[in-house]
Amino acid sequence: MNEDLFAGDILDERDDLTLDELCQVCALETTHIVELVDEGILQPSGRERVSWRFSAVSVVTVKRSMRLRRDLGVNLPGVALALELMDEIERLQRRLDVSDRLTRGESPPPD
Amino acid sequence: MDFKDYYEIIGVEKDATQDEIKRAYRKLARKYHPDVSKEPDAEARFKEVGEAHDVLSDTDKRAAYDKLASGARSGQPFSPPPDWDAGFEFQGGGFRSGESGYSDFFESIFGQRMRGSAGPRGRTEFRSRGEDHHAKVAIDLEDAYKGATRSISLRNPEIDATGNLIYKDRTLKIKIPKGVKRGQKIRLAGQGSPGMGGGESGDLFLEIAFHPHPRYRIDERDVYLELPVTPWEAALGATLKVPTPGGSSVDLKIPAETATGSKLRLKGLGIPGSPPGNLFIEPLVVLPPANSESAKEVYRKMESELAFNPRSKLGV
Repeated sequence: MNEDLFAGDILDERDDLTLDELCQVCALETTHIVELVDEGILQPSGRERVSWRFSAVSVVTVKRSMRLRRDLGVNLPGVALALELMDEIERLQRRLDVSDRLTRGESPPPD
Repeated sequence: MDFKDYYEIIGVEKDATQDEIKRAYRKLARKYHPDVSKEPDAEARFKEVGEAHDVLSDTDKRAAYDKLASGARSGQPFSPPPDWDAGFEFQGGGFRSGESGYSDFFESIFGQRMRGSAGPRGRTEFRSRGEDHHAKVAIDLEDAYKGATRSISLRNPEIDATGNLIYKDRTLKIKIPKGVKRGQKIRLAGQGSPGMGGGESGDLFLEIAFHPHPRYRIDERDVYLELPVTPWEAALGATLKVPTPGGSSVDLKIPAETATGSKLRLKGLGIPGSPPGNLFIEPLVVLPPANSESAKEVYRKMESELAFNPRSKLGV
């Protein structure tokens, strides 16, 4: 049992991780991250590698990509496609949740 | 622990060829991969399928398993059942590989042999690092406005002094800051499984989910409230008290000629953040029941005095 209160880091969309930091957090070699950038899976701000800045959510994207590659034997373009499609499904699901009221909105007519 | 029928788990016959096993496995792996699947028990199924494949795809292990299986049947008690699926938690990093991910059943047959060897395929690049853990944390909308603390139960594999694999349960109390939105990830560095051979511990990743709210719907940081209004409030305009998830209520001015389907924005009253979300009020015009003679009289009066045909554009 551990009664300490842990806070953790919120992984948000702000770009503030350098390439080195992202590698360290993900425990990966630089080449793996560069491959993901080349494939368009990660989109850092900044033009040159030294000025690349990654959002904190990239950590999740990197780990997901690595798992898909390893567990399902997908190559990088396949990973990119899978991630895009999953994002799209997530977006549609959210819209579906929001527009749900259109189908359940009107209360039944009183007898 | 129950006997596991690996053939049944993969969905092939006992005399399946290696190719048939591979094909069946690939299909199930895609279906239940925790990063892809929406099935609630995806993670447990993925592990089970992976374990079955690890045994059946290896001719030596398959032979050993077949020998053992000839005397047992699926579901028959073998000894106490494993409860790997407890709670939401699953072990990521390696969903399948690594000694820690296998069932007790697997460990009891192949455990001795696996330990000390290089371990199953994959994973070489961060073998000494502890596994990441993933957990979903469901909170109420109100928690996103105020912040909350949640307790999470985790189960970590550890090698004890005698070299046996044991599982240690622990509970972490975690602070959920205000302003989180659905799907947001929180990383707790070093709170995953401990590393092996002096390696770093893995991380714990929490994903925020919301319990469905009886009153509000949530989209990112925006919150929607359906507000029932009377026909006269909608027609003439009114100032109405509306609740907010933050706890206080606000006075909202509904303009005259408000229709169902319109949206009124209360800026910045959504989930806090920079920028904060908005609270959208969706008026829903509700008709009073015509359940008394006087109510019917009002409707008849409207019929005779208002020249109103909502179907004028339908061309009939």
